[in-house]
Amino acid sequence: MKIEFLLNGETVRITGEPATRTLLEWLRERKKLTGTKEGCNEGDCGACSVMVSSLVKGDTDRTVEHQTLNACILFLPQLHGKSVRTVEGLQGPLGEMHPVQAAMVDHHGSQCGFCTPGFVMSMATAHRNGDRNHNDVLAGNLCRCTGYAPIIRAADAAAGVEVPDWLEDDVDALAALASNAAADIGGAYVPKTLAELSDWYLANPDATLIGGATDVGLWVTKRLVDLNQPCLLSQVAELRQIDVSQDGLRIGAAVTLSELQVVIAEYHPDFAEMIRRFGSTQVRNAATIGGNIANGSPIGDGPPALIALGARLHLRKGDETRDMALEDFFVAYGQQDITAGEFVEAVSIPRQTDRLKCYKISKRFDQDISAVCGCFNIAIKDGLVSDARIAFGGMAATPKRASHVEAALNGKSWTDETIRAALKAFGKDYAPLNDMRASADYRMQVARNLLLRYFAESQLGQNYTRVLEVRP
Amino acid sequence: MSVTKSLPHDAAPLHVAGSARYVDDIPTPAETLHLAFGLSDIAFGEIEAMDLDPVRNAPGVIAVMTALDLPGDNDVSPSAHDEPLLSDGTVHYVGQPIFMVIADSHLAARKAARLANVDFTTRPAILSIDQALAANSCFEEPLEFLKGEPEKAIKAAPHRVKGQIEIGGQEHFYLEGQVALALPQEGGDMLVHSSTQHPSEIQHKVAGALGLSFNAVRVEIRRMGGGFGGKESQGNALAVACAIAAQKTGFPCKMRYDRDDDMIITGKRHEFRIEYQAGFDAEGRILGVTFTHYARCGWAQDLSLPVADRAMLHADNAYNLPAARIVSHRLKTNTVSNTAYRGFGGPQGAVGIERVLDHIAHELMADPLEIRMANYYQSFRAKAGETTPYHQEIQDSVIREISTELVKSSDYQARRSAIAEWNAKNPILKKGIALTPVKFGISFTLTFLNQAGALVHIYSDGSVHLNHGGTEMGQGLFTKVAQVAADAFALPIEAIKITATDTGKVPNTSATAASSGTDLNGMAVKAACDQLRNRLILFLKTTHNVKASDISFEDGQVIVAGKAFTFAEIAGEAYRNRISLSANGFYATPDIEWDRLKGRGRPFYYFSYGAAVTEVVIDTLTGENRILRTDILHDVGRSLNPALDIGQIEGGYVQGAGWLTTEELVWDDKGRLTTHAPSTYKIPACSDRPETFNVSLWKRGLNKEKTVYRSKAVGEPPFVLGVSAFMALSDAVRACGDGTIYPALNGPATAEAVLFAVQAQRGENDGV
Repeated sequence: MKIEFLLNGETVRITGEPATRTLLEWLRERKKLTGTKEGCNEGDCGACSVMVSSLVKGDTDRTVEHQTLNACILFLPQLHGKSVRTVEGLQGPLGEMHPVQAAMVDHHGSQCGFCTPGFVMSMATAHRNGDRNHNDVLAGNLCRCTGYAPIIRAADAAAGVEVPDWLEDDVDALAALASNAAADIGGAYVPKTLAELSDWYLANPDATLIGGATDVGLWVTKRLVDLNQPCLLSQVAELRQIDVSQDGLRIGAAVTLSELQVVIAEYHPDFAEMIRRFGSTQVRNAATIGGNIANGSPIGDGPPALIALGARLHLRKGDETRDMALEDFFVAYGQQDITAGEFVEAVSIPRQTDRLKCYKISKRFDQDISAVCGCFNIAIKDGLVSDARIAFGGMAATPKRASHVEAALNGKSWTDETIRAALKAFGKDYAPLNDMRASADYRMQVARNLLLRYFAESQLGQNYTRVLEVRP
Repeated sequence: MSVTKSLPHDAAPLHVAGSARYVDDIPTPAETLHLAFGLSDIAFGEIEAMDLDPVRNAPGVIAVMTALDLPGDNDVSPSAHDEPLLSDGTVHYVGQPIFMVIADSHLAARKAARLANVDFTTRPAILSIDQALAANSCFEEPLEFLKGEPEKAIKAAPHRVKGQIEIGGQEHFYLEGQVALALPQEGGDMLVHSSTQHPSEIQHKVAGALGLSFNAVRVEIRRMGGGFGGKESQGNALAVACAIAAQKTGFPCKMRYDRDDDMIITGKRHEFRIEYQAGFDAEGRILGVTFTHYARCGWAQDLSLPVADRAMLHADNAYNLPAARIVSHRLKTNTVSNTAYRGFGGPQGAVGIERVLDHIAHELMADPLEIRMANYYQSFRAKAGETTPYHQEIQDSVIREISTELVKSSDYQARRSAIAEWNAKNPILKKGIALTPVKFGISFTLTFLNQAGALVHIYSDGSVHLNHGGTEMGQGLFTKVAQVAADAFALPIEAIKITATDTGKVPNTSATAASSGTDLNGMAVKAACDQLRNRLILFLKTTHNVKASDISFEDGQVIVAGKAFTFAEIAGEAYRNRISLSANGFYATPDIEWDRLKGRGRPFYYFSYGAAVTEVVIDTLTGENRILRTDILHDVGRSLNPALDIGQIEGGYVQGAGWLTTEELVWDDKGRLTTHAPSTYKIPACSDRPETFNVSLWKRGLNKEKTVYRSKAVGEPPFVLGVSAFMALSDAVRACGDGTIYPALNGPATAEAVLFAVQAQRGENDGV
């Protein structure tokens, strides 16, 4: 069926576009709505940021949630049943400026103006959600002119102003659209249940499964690949759930990083802090934990933390399921333990006392891919290491446990000497590479030093260990 | 009075509404065609065979062109005619355009451009500074500036330092990528919309490529989505390609680079190596210094010679060097042709001397601030007659006054002590602080470029149409210039219509570059407005039979012998009395002359000054680092618009700090840029700005030269203040050791670079 969504309050119905047409291309080239800009075409600059609103699934109060997303790596079928607001749809009926627009003018927040619509949309979404963490909200919007100071001043100034009444939630229209959902949306297969997905994928094992398209999007916009049989996972209810039980957390594969960040904060706050720096708000709103695992990247930040927590991965193929320790899923570079027609259904974290520390080391703090991501979860009992679980990203061809380091710690007293001795074992676990993010030497040094950091953080009375904690 | 007011950027309401129009936003006819380049994937060699049939046969492709198909000059160079639009058979870098695709959509063109089968004979590529030196690969003989007898002075000095610093390049990362649109006109004429800082050069290159005279090509640009020097010459290729394709097909043609292509194809800030030796006394005063600059220029000359010249011209930064030799090597390599970037070599030159002073402070175990203060040029009040290494007398220095005031306002001394205490208590994290100055020479060093024109119309309803040769890239030039025009007629700024830069309105313009936009175009506009105003006064004098002193322009009105008229009434009256209400203005900077080969003269009309104090914190386990606080005091003369000036200072500082911290360009051993997207090339993000960021304009600022309203240029100078972040990192690293080893950081000081420097301080190798 046609793709249907609200664009600045008006229903649009789209046919005749390839399923991988991005919202950005469509807005600019078909709708001539050129306020939304292309800066990088890979979801890293935020110039194409738009506000996407949707009914919260299963919520009887028909609550609408609002998110910022990057239009450049957002395929049209992903928008089905939602509401898209672009910068052209932000002003009031008489041309009144939205409070964030007015504040940006008053505080000199634009210079060249090219990034401005994206900033305005990120700010307007945060403003609507009452989110005042402007550094986080705007981490995915790059500006090369202003140095950001006036933009933050504008965001702070607008935060105290009410959301204008012309920004309506369009609840009825959204509800009408949501009830109108078929399995084929504009050339993409959109299953609603796990059973539908597993049956279909078994019959179509060459299809492309798409979580939030923050990775697959780049296959289209950068590698210029024609995707085979795109299948959107976001409507599969079972994959969107986080189940909390006595045993721990079971996280559906299509849970976004934003959703995970909120829930995991309660159990493993340092994991949540790392997710805060994972991509950007726009990326986390789309990217899924299943995608972060299934693409097998050696530099994804999810797997090291999950491995350190002893997570198990749940795979499904048709009616059959199997599960494994997450670290066993990653066989070699680009090779995972997964067969044709099989897919990641969920990942589960056993309930445990929180000892997890996540160290994301990158050239830039926000919205950067880790050079090294080290996650440590070390249990101490009676002064002895009872269970050390350590995993790294960026240190090998896959996310990998530091089994030799763990062995050097387990059963030993939790002392500086033990740590020093364990440092020697890193060379047995890892032989990292040189690349544009860091040298092999640096990676190895940092990996070792992060164990020192974990040790320091475990000692009471220790002073600062992270530069982000230091205030002027 | 509109000047000196903090008016918002004229386009701000359009920016925030998404209705500010950039080149790619201009509505185009449905039949518009789209272009993409096919690129070389080797660094150096010959094209042996090129099978373009798969490109031609790809969906949506209209035509494919190689160098053999071009109608006119195959040249997009801004200087030495050494840069073909499409490879002439030899390829000189990875990313060089070798053919162009004309297709019915942007995506179709991009897809088709990847389908060519090209066979190359590869030759050994020269990629690095060392390889270029070994092969003696350079663009011209080394240039030298000499003052006094530096070697003798160094030898006789009680103390000496010697060292070198590597300074990385920088990607402009304008948010709007390169883009052009060509619309064929009747009789073979061409209209080009180009995102360019230099419309006249686009006009000239397009004319050459099409075999037309300049008057057959009109170039228009309302605004760029950022330039920073990256659109001074790098837009030539797209505009020329579009014009050729438009001439060939008869249809409008548009081209924009995808971000990765943009970063791979276009030039960047020049990477430098600077070797230095200095002799100094016990107070740290420099007695003699030598610098050898090695600039990696890339494969074509582009603007590299003047860039390397300016690096030499800023080798003194704000310091009196009694004896100095500065030698500059301009190295030719098989990498992208480096180009203009905010500061134009000046920042690299300034980093050289700041490194020397930091090194001297280390040798003397002194606060680097004391060493800097000891070496500053004397205040202009002292009339000390000090000269730069190129023998220009310094007559306007306020760097001592600015630094003294900033030391106080930033609470530098107390914070320095507090940092020492903090560092003593914190084994893992260390803080550092540094004050660095800037003195930036204002004028194009190619002296004839220091000219500008303007065209001002008053319509019979009293509305004013303003045009000039400068381009708007976000710096607020149009706003400032409109303030000048509004002030001339005492009109509100809204009465002034700011219009797109257009080679058909103001001809023979210089690039909007060298921070000179307001100085030059503001004066040209003022000249035009003054003429119109004088004509109106003369007319009113005659018709109303009053003295000139009885006529005044106030608050949108014209007062004639006590009687108030609206400006519109006067304009209408003048029109009906057949008074010309259109004028062009012209300005040429006076009193400058420069001989670059001799290294003597007065290249700069005046200097802009400023200083910054930056405090940083580093992690000794990972090298991670961030800026905690920055205080800046900057001299913009008498500010035309304080808000816009502060915007330039804040933005310039953050960009400068990014250059020397997170922004790392990495090439592999095949000459391929591996950091060709924002995923891998990290410009500062929101949270990287200083958490506390105090920026002030120097209240006593006044240009002693007769610039427009005595203001000073502000585009580039504050970029150099980012050096204070780099020197603060040096200070923090030094706090990790016992004072015996100088940190000798290279730029950019990434987390990796900082960690290794810390380990060197502590005598650690791999720690195990």
